[in-house]
Parts: sequence; structure tokens; C-alpha cells
Amino acid sequence: MKYKLLNFARQLALVLLVIWTVVSLVTLLIELVPGTPATTILGETATAEQIANFNQKHGLDRPAFFFSIDSEKGFVWNGADNRYLEYWSNLLRGDLGTSFRTDRPVLDMILERYPATIKLALAAMLFAVGIAIPLGVLAGTNKNRIIDNLASFVALLGISLPTFVIGPFLVYIFAVKLGWFSPTGSLYPEDIVLPAVTLGAALSAILTRMVRSSVIEELGEDYVRTARAKGLSERKVVYKHVLKNGLIPVVTVLGLQLGVLLAGAIITEKIFSWQGLGLLLLEDGIAKRDYRLVQGCVLVISVTYIIANTLTDFVYKRLDPRIRLT
Amino acid sequence: MNRLTYIGIAIAAVIILIAVFAPVLATHDVNAQNLAIRFAEPSSEHWFGTDGLGRDIYSRILYGARISLQVGITVVSVSGVIGILIGSIAGFYGGWVDKFLSGYVFNVFLAFPGLLLAIALVAFLGAGLGKLILALCIIGWVGYARVMRGQVLKVREYDFVQAAKALGAGNMRILFSHIMPNAIQPLIVQASLGMAGAVLSEASLSFLGLGIPPPAPSWGTMIEEARQYFSITPHVLAFPGIAIALTVLAFNFIGDGLREYLDPKQRTR
Repeated sequence: MKYKLLNFARQLALVLLVIWTVVSLVTLLIELVPGTPATTILGETATAEQIANFNQKHGLDRPAFFFSIDSEKGFVWNGADNRYLEYWSNLLRGDLGTSFRTDRPVLDMILERYPATIKLALAAMLFAVGIAIPLGVLAGTNKNRIIDNLASFVALLGISLPTFVIGPFLVYIFAVKLGWFSPTGSLYPEDIVLPAVTLGAALSAILTRMVRSSVIEELGEDYVRTARAKGLSERKVVYKHVLKNGLIPVVTVLGLQLGVLLAGAIITEKIFSWQGLGLLLLEDGIAKRDYRLVQGCVLVISVTYIIANTLTDFVYKRLDPRIRLT
Repeated sequence: MNRLTYIGIAIAAVIILIAVFAPVLATHDVNAQNLAIRFAEPSSEHWFGTDGLGRDIYSRILYGARISLQVGITVVSVSGVIGILIGSIAGFYGGWVDKFLSGYVFNVFLAFPGLLLAIALVAFLGAGLGKLILALCIIGWVGYARVMRGQVLKVREYDFVQAAKALGAGNMRILFSHIMPNAIQPLIVQASLGMAGAVLSEASLSFLGLGIPPPAPSWGTMIEEARQYFSITPHVLAFPGIAIALTVLAFNFIGDGLREYLDPKQRTR
């Protein structure tokens, strides 16, 4: 028990340390902007007064960090009145700052769009699992036969074809030619199908390969021989015994891929004009150089990714007692 | 090695040759515009047709191979060297050095979804070939470092390393002359898959408008430009799409085949 608690505390500390570093990196990224955010937003023709007002409004008139290194003064200690500390204290109160462009709270803008991205990521995951399990089982139980080679080839194709190639082709076939779905937008419930298939294609390919090798590995285990000897049908052996054990690594990949899907959704959202966080980051953040918004979006996606990974790790250990023991 | 690996090697060889001999193989100037023939269908004059500005798609794809391979090779080399060095140090020295590097630094870099970190870096640094390569190297090195650390941890326990120690060899000599050459093999697989990843990331960032700016014939940029007219002229998007898919597929085939070849456990399956 003591060992378990200690291990849990150690893991929690590591996660908090990683989150702290990620937040710090994102906070300091704004310092990389060539020129200053004020001149980027207001333009080269902005007056000194306008720039001063902008900087004051967004807290950019204060030093970036606890210390700075000046070419003339050398090392300068700035004290606690700095932007890094202010960002942190606001963040802990749930405030991600205000948009440089719209003056709206960044958190509100993100919360408006995030549900659409999560919905898309979950739909993509559902599609991927729905394809991967039957295809992977089919390939694994028919090792080295035509059906296996075909499934492996389709899976590799799915990994190699970028979303920005799959997406437009799906639009061309199912929206333009067949007219089954709208080419863009999310007006009707069925509009999620094409974006979800586009986003989930690569994941379904990865999962198919995983299920295949898991099934092949498990089929060689002693308990499978016992199940067969008991007279169970091959179908029951595969779906009741083999798949149950073979799915453990798949759960891990699924959890790890949630973050990848959230980040990958940026491209899919652009293709389908899906009003999610990715489009917000691209169109309102990066294209309009609203750096505060970019910071907020990157932060939210990264922290979601870290939390998803940590939870996956936890679930994985619950599912597989061997990992708990080591 | 399986058949798909040889197919991968053959495709990769063709793409490399295309990139090297692009000026000889190209039939038109890559940036020459002719609005009178915009969106022309494939013909004997323009083998893959023309794009929205009347530029020859075939010639642009040939030159696009140069950009993709340049990015891929540079990113794999730079991030590979950095990853190998950091991974070796973590694995060889162990203790707090390893705890700090593999327990903290690796986790921080793995905490970002790769593409998102690249997007964030390019968004703040600005677009351009150099910045794109820098962003991809920053996200790429940790994969090599992790593999290398694991390998070094294994190899450093081998008898010949103990023998070298007993003979009085210094740490640097043991690491560079004895451990590294014996630990580097799985990195070849990582490099091949990394090449596919770098080509895909470059195309993705260019597609998002964060990579190599037009009029450079990056395959990702070509797809982004073709996307708006895709429903009327699918061939404009299809050819760069096929080029990216083939390149990524080739390096994935090679990586997969090499992994299978180097891992006897997988070979028997």
C-alpha cells in the first residue's frame, strides 16, 4: 500500500512538473515573435501612444520574466512584477487572458469551440475502432493469406495517405458526385461522417496492425489451446478469449492517440471548415496573429493530451496486472 | 527482407533520382505562369496537366521532391545526431543524468502532440524552410533519444564493454568506439520511419500555410492551392497527393521491413 501511494505521488509530481514546463514554454513562446506583438497587430503605422496603450491593456509593458539580460545593463533583476508570473496567477484563476484582436476572454472563445473538436475526435475514434477490430481479427486469424496481406496493405495505405489528401477525395466522391453529405460545415448531424472518417483513417490503420499482431500473438498462447480442447467454436475462442487479452495494448494506443487526434483535427477542421478549436487556432489565432489566443489553444490541447496520456497509463495498469507488479 | 521492403527501396530510389535530376527531367519552368491554359487536363504537352495559374504540374512535382527530400534528410540527420547523443548520455551515465533526461526532458517533449508543437513554433517564429526544419528537429530528436537510451542501457552490460573498462578505456572511448556502433542498428528503422514522418509533417505544415511559402513547389502547398478547385479539376490535387503518399509509403515499407529483418521474433511471425 505504502509503495503504491509513493508510486502514485511520484507519478503525480512528474505530471505536474511536465504541465508546469509546458505552460512555461507556451508562456515564453510569445517572446520569439519577430518584432513586438503590438506592431504586428497594430501595423507599422501605429503611433507610439497606440502601441503604449496596447501594451498596457495586455500587460505587455512589463518585463517578460524575473530577470532579463540587457546588452547595455547586463543582468537585470525584474522582481515579481513580470508577465510570466501574471500569466500563471491568471491561469490558476482560470483566466487565459484576453484576445489581442477581439478583446474577448480567450477561455470563452476556446470553450465555445472545444466541444466540436472533442465530438469530432471521439467520432473519429469510434470509426477507427469499428473498422480496426474486425479487420485486424480477420487479418490475424488468416495470417499470411491473401486477406491478411490485403488488410496489411490497406492499413499501410491508411497510415501513408495524409488527411489532406483523403479528405478532399471523400468530399469529391460522397459530397460532390453522390451528394450524400455536405462538403463542409456542421449543420446536420450526418455532416460529422466525412470529417470523422478523414481524421480516423490513420488511426484505424494503426489499430488494425496492432489488433492483427495481438491476435497472432495470443493465438499461440496455451489458454487458446485449452479453449479449443474444451470444444469451443473458433469464433468464441477468438472473440471471447483472444480479443479480450489482445485488446489491452489497443486501449493504450487509443488513449495516446486521443491527443494526436485533437492535434490532427487542425487539418481536418480546415478541410471541412469544421468550427472547432483547430480552426480557431488557425484562422483566428495564427492567421490574425492573435498570439494570446494561440497560447491558449496550444495550452489547452497540450494539457488535454497530457491528461489523456496519464489516464491511459492508469487504465493500462488496471487492465494488465503484470504491469502493476513491475 | 520481405517483398514490400524491396518495393519501398525501389520507390525511394526513383524519388531520390527524380529529386537529383529534376532540372533535366522537368519539361517546363516550374514557376512559369500561363493563365490561358489554367486547369488544363493531362496531355502530351503537360503530362499531369496545369494548375490554377497555368503552371506545369509534372515539373512542379519533380521539384517538389527536392523540397520534401531536403527537409526529410536534414530533419532526420540533425534530430538523429542530437537524439543519439542525448540518448547515449542518458543510457551510459544513468543515475540522476538519466533521471533528468529520460524522466523529465523526454516527457516534456513527448507531452506535446508533435504536429501541434511544430505549428506553435512556426506560428511564433514565422514561416520559411529554415524555421520549418528547426521546428521539425525540435519535435523529432526525442524519438531517437528514447530508442538510443534503451539500446545503450542494454549494450553497456555486454562483456566486451566490461573488457574495455578493464583495459582502462575512458568513458568517451567506451561510449563512442564500443557502445554506439553496437547500439545504433534499431536507429536505422527509426530513421526510415522518421523520414516518412518528416515528409508528411512538411507537407502538412505547408498545407496549413505554415511551411514553405508559395511559389515554391512544395507538395503540401500544391494541395492547398488545388483544394478550392478540387470538385471541378481533381487531377490538380491528385498528382501531388499521389507523390506524397508514394514517398511516405516507400519509407514506411522500408522501416517496417527493416524492423522485421532486425527483429528475429517478428520475422518468424
